[in-house]
Amino acid sequence: MTDIQHHISDELLDDYRAGALPHAFSVVVAAHLSLCDDCRARQEARDMIGGALLAGAETAQLGTDARARIMAALDTPAPAPAPRGSGVFPAPVMAELGGRPPRWRMLGGGIRQQILSADREGSLRLLYIPPGKAVPEHGHRGLELTLVLQGSFADSEGAFRRGDVETAHDDIDHQPIAGPGEPCICLAATDAPLRFHAMLPSLLQPIFRI
Amino acid sequence: MSVKVETPVTTELSDLSRDLIAVRDQRDRAAFGRLFDHFAPRLKSMLLRGGLTDGSAEDVVQDVMLAVWHKAAQFDPHRADAAGWIYGIARNRRIDMARRKPLSQPEEMPDLPSLDPDAGQVLALQQEASHLAAALARLAPEQADALRAAYFDDIPHSRISEITGLPLGTIKSRIRLGLDRLRHELRSIAP
Repeated sequence: MTDIQHHISDELLDDYRAGALPHAFSVVVAAHLSLCDDCRARQEARDMIGGALLAGAETAQLGTDARARIMAALDTPAPAPAPRGSGVFPAPVMAELGGRPPRWRMLGGGIRQQILSADREGSLRLLYIPPGKAVPEHGHRGLELTLVLQGSFADSEGAFRRGDVETAHDDIDHQPIAGPGEPCICLAATDAPLRFHAMLPSLLQPIFRI
Repeated sequence: MSVKVETPVTTELSDLSRDLIAVRDQRDRAAFGRLFDHFAPRLKSMLLRGGLTDGSAEDVVQDVMLAVWHKAAQFDPHRADAAGWIYGIARNRRIDMARRKPLSQPEEMPDLPSLDPDAGQVLALQQEASHLAAALARLAPEQADALRAAYFDDIPHSRISEITGLPLGTIKSRIRLGLDRLRHELRSIAP
């Protein structure tokens, strides 16, 4: 847990907290927070600032029955607890998977993926890359966040292991290669369709949805 | 790390954090009533400030305080004080109202985390919490305003820039400098 090297930026953390990130990115941030105690503490420190300002906030008059309403509501059953993580997948990823294991689609070369969500705001998918295999070279328009859940990958930006997040902007044209050992499983979010250079003709892109 | 001790850590806590622990451990309704009396009127003013109508603000206050009751098992005084923890619940509730999908949430912390509390860490965190307001008050006004917008009103940096007419880079640097300054002030206030 303590050896996570690549974290989310202040800006992404603040946008996540403000609810301003597209869904795909917010899942990656929530999954990183599930694995990274440092970033969870950053998040909690920000809530403490909010708490200090809340404690010093002015008061507003409550409705006359507000206290009676809440005290009467205490006997209502608690909502079901949030689903927990399972295996390498932390709770927010399990929630996207609907509580089931991934249903991989083969992409060729032993690479598999499952698309978790895709809409105008962006896409979120799980990727499975065998050791030593390259994820096909791609550039992108916009922002891409990739969180390692199992194994590792390396590219021009460095080495990434479980819990590490790579934040790639559109100026990076990188070629991640899965490290030795376990297959690399990662969670990847983009706010634009990826452009593949080598492996797939761009015509196929919408079909493979990568 | 400091030595774990058997003595209750509650002596180091604010009255509010102690009440929240009484809710957590004893399901203490009187303590919950005190938390409600303290936080509900402040939560309502925060929500009204964020643009909710009086009726919606009342409903959200009810939701937030009921969640405090139901989620109290997750309150960990090693990690937050009562005000910060309750603020976090309110922030999530407010944000979900404005989103199509509920905000993806991190894995919940295990229930009843501090059966074996580390008094040193609890003390350090709770002291820091008690000095936060004073430290915030010592910031330059533009830094304090930026932190308030980002961490109390929960406005994204880009939107703060639009509202104030200041460049995004200025907003970001005020927030970053404000956080650095806050850390520095806390070190100088807290022993």
